[in-house]
Amino acid sequence: MKLDARIPSGPLAEKWQGLLNEIKLVSPANKRKHTVIVVGTGLAGGAAAASLGELGYKVKAFCYQDSARRAHSISAQGGINAAKNYQNDGDSVYRLFYDTIKGGDYRAREANVYRLAEVSNEIIDQCVAQGVPFAREYGGYLANRSFGGAQVSRTFYARGQTGQQLLLGAVSALNAQVAAGTVDLNIRTEMLDLVVVDGHARGIITRDMVTGEVECHVADAVLLCTGGYSNVYFLSTNAKGCNVTAIWRAYKKGAGFAGPCFTQIHPTCIPQAGDYQSKLTLMSESLRNDGRVWVPKAEGETRAPSDIPEAERDYYLERIYPSFGNLVPRDVASRNAKNVCDEGRGVGSSKRGVYLDFADAIERLGEDVIRARYGNLFDMYQMITDEDPYKVPMRIYPAPHYTMGGLWVDYYLMSTIPGLFVLGEANFSDHGANRLGASALMQGLADGYFVIPNTLGEYLARVKLDEVSPEQKEFTEARNEIQDRTKKLLAINGTRTVDSIHRELGMLMLDECGMSRNEKGLTEAISKIRSLREQFWTDIRVPGSDGEFNQELEKAGRVADLFELAELMCMDAIQRNESCGGHFREEYRTEEGEALRDDENFTNVTVWEYTGADSAPVAHTEDLNFEFVELTQRSYK
Amino acid sequence: MKLTLHIWRQKNTEDRGRFATFELEDVSTHMSFLEMLDVLNHELIEKGDEPVAFEHDCREGICGACGFVINGVPHGHMKGNTVCQLHMRHFSDGDEITLEPWRAKAFPITKDLVVDRTSFDRILQAGGYVSVRTGSAPDANAIPVTTDTLEHAMDFAECIGCGACVASCPNGAAMLFVGAKISHLALLPQGQPEKARRALKMVEAMEREAFGACTNFTSCEATCPKEISISGIARMNKDFRRAVLAGAAAPHGKQR
Repeated sequence: MKLDARIPSGPLAEKWQGLLNEIKLVSPANKRKHTVIVVGTGLAGGAAAASLGELGYKVKAFCYQDSARRAHSISAQGGINAAKNYQNDGDSVYRLFYDTIKGGDYRAREANVYRLAEVSNEIIDQCVAQGVPFAREYGGYLANRSFGGAQVSRTFYARGQTGQQLLLGAVSALNAQVAAGTVDLNIRTEMLDLVVVDGHARGIITRDMVTGEVECHVADAVLLCTGGYSNVYFLSTNAKGCNVTAIWRAYKKGAGFAGPCFTQIHPTCIPQAGDYQSKLTLMSESLRNDGRVWVPKAEGETRAPSDIPEAERDYYLERIYPSFGNLVPRDVASRNAKNVCDEGRGVGSSKRGVYLDFADAIERLGEDVIRARYGNLFDMYQMITDEDPYKVPMRIYPAPHYTMGGLWVDYYLMSTIPGLFVLGEANFSDHGANRLGASALMQGLADGYFVIPNTLGEYLARVKLDEVSPEQKEFTEARNEIQDRTKKLLAINGTRTVDSIHRELGMLMLDECGMSRNEKGLTEAISKIRSLREQFWTDIRVPGSDGEFNQELEKAGRVADLFELAELMCMDAIQRNESCGGHFREEYRTEEGEALRDDENFTNVTVWEYTGADSAPVAHTEDLNFEFVELTQRSYK
Repeated sequence: MKLTLHIWRQKNTEDRGRFATFELEDVSTHMSFLEMLDVLNHELIEKGDEPVAFEHDCREGICGACGFVINGVPHGHMKGNTVCQLHMRHFSDGDEITLEPWRAKAFPITKDLVVDRTSFDRILQAGGYVSVRTGSAPDANAIPVTTDTLEHAMDFAECIGCGACVASCPNGAAMLFVGAKISHLALLPQGQPEKARRALKMVEAMEREAFGACTNFTSCEATCPKEISISGIARMNKDFRRAVLAGAAAPHGKQR
């Protein structure tokens, strides 16, 4: 597997503009001759499909939801970063770049991250012009808030529903193109395979989720914008439908999978309440601006939080990390929450929780100010827990939230399969081993609005593609395989529901490949995953038939792929003998218990190549050359 | 607690559909309503029956996927709530609960509690946007917007497109939905150039679908999970009327 990142030469700040100056273009008359498939309509996919449609490409967009507007980007709460420096607090493109690289624990590619910071300002401009109602100050100018891992205030937000407003902006642009006839939008349609012809991505196989019809779609390029795979843990903050299938099938067709073990367990979520729990709800990280995290000093404390005097509380983040305090990056905050709960100082009935207390902020600023900032989050918390966070501290606990790993892409966002591009959370490119808050929305929109419209043209202008037909064998074989697999799932007719076995997989992954990992646990996890997978293929029951709306069948197909992914995640975690970002290996830590990187051996990205169902995948590496940033031990103390 | 559920079962759009009754025991008060249905489905599958189809995705009240009628009220009896955020602590032991899909001509039933809401998207595609080519925007701070205006626009922008407004309306009208999008954009300076055209196009698209007209029942506002104000409907009517009187459609034909 050849891994050429194709990073443009020249100084960091001139790479992207230099490439734009010289990149090959597709003429307006030729653009309409190219069909481009875009899978997923979240921020990355919605923005890409809209922008490519505006340019005149023939776009076919797909989403599994009943409307493009429901893609999971809609759930993002906190905000989107940009280096506008509207606050005059010393922000700059370089500083945003630097914070993102450092936050990712130096496991991302410099050039990509710099470009991300560079286009961040244009994103805000674009969104405001679309009518995204970002919060403003009394003078009418845009407001900002602070987020973890940064010492400037650069996050733009729309109440606690920034993702919703950004997505509605992107989807409105997409809708305009649907009306203009440049985008053919296919809802309730799930991609089940990628078709590669003569080494180039030339189409996809889909299933119509209402009729069950399996269809072939031909294109000159395929863009996967299908999000992350946190649902491998069953309980996560992701929407129930989020899945790995699109990128997993691409991996099995030859696309390298980079850093699958890099997952983010978000520190501020509502703790699990019972065995029936179906998902976890995020409480935006922005709450850490005003909330103070604490647990009782004593183990096994049973008093109500209000009865625990100040002197018997441990504000552990402020104690351990005095300079960043409650605003340490997510991986650090999560790991510390796990540690204090492991020590027996957790709160709530499950004892897997810590307090996030607003009493000081309410006293300092008044309840009205807090309500204006976080009202909807407080309401949501009360709705779910039946507790009033204005009076009683919130209880929070980490939950799987985001996956930094994903398909490997070069600087042009192209995977190891020519013609297959991967955008947003589905690729690995910008967040290294840990993503900072408010960076996911930035990356999705950067990739979709500003990167791919330029880099896709380079590929299409350069490559010579033959005509292909959906009747040729690459397509028919893939379609037959999909139909056979569906029949197989329906024929098992065992005793267990898909959810019950998925839940078991999730618990195993959270224990062994979650916030803290070790070689022994990971090795055992692999054999447990295999036996669970065996059970899945022999004992699940999928009711109904193929030719109808069948939610259990959809689930079964997705979980089957998650099983295969889970094994690769563990293999990846075993081989990475260091601790970095969200990947914390217990064997590799400093004397103070902090993550210990091994820059000599692991300043690289591990990229896995699929070699067949019966042989082990092969690990390749892309070395990360830090030309502009000096690697330091990440310290937030 | 123990519950008796009367649930609408319908195999597909052509099927006539009917109610089926299920008994469910040991329901925890901490469960969400959808988790209660997960438990029911788990039992049904284990017994070899077909699970109940219902739409859901984020389960955080923001994606707008979920929604059905609970005891006659879309999203249930709690105010400002989607079904996914409704918890079983608001029900009592021994309750009988009736679940039906959105009932509206413009939302054909796909299966059980799942409906087809593509009519909403066709309205948005007709004009629910600001036409701004990627890359052509001025600096985000170029046009100040007062906080009052901004917050007012945001109140309408919060619409999640779930369809509860249509389901609650005796006329099956979509005007709260359409009025929300028109108001969101019409209140902001960025939405001004296309204001008249947008109102015309969206109202016409709405009338092409099988939605009814507004006769001021205001049940939409009462059931909207985002508590969107019916003043959006007034603004829609005003913008539409002005657009017609000003002949805003002129360059695109003589629709009116």
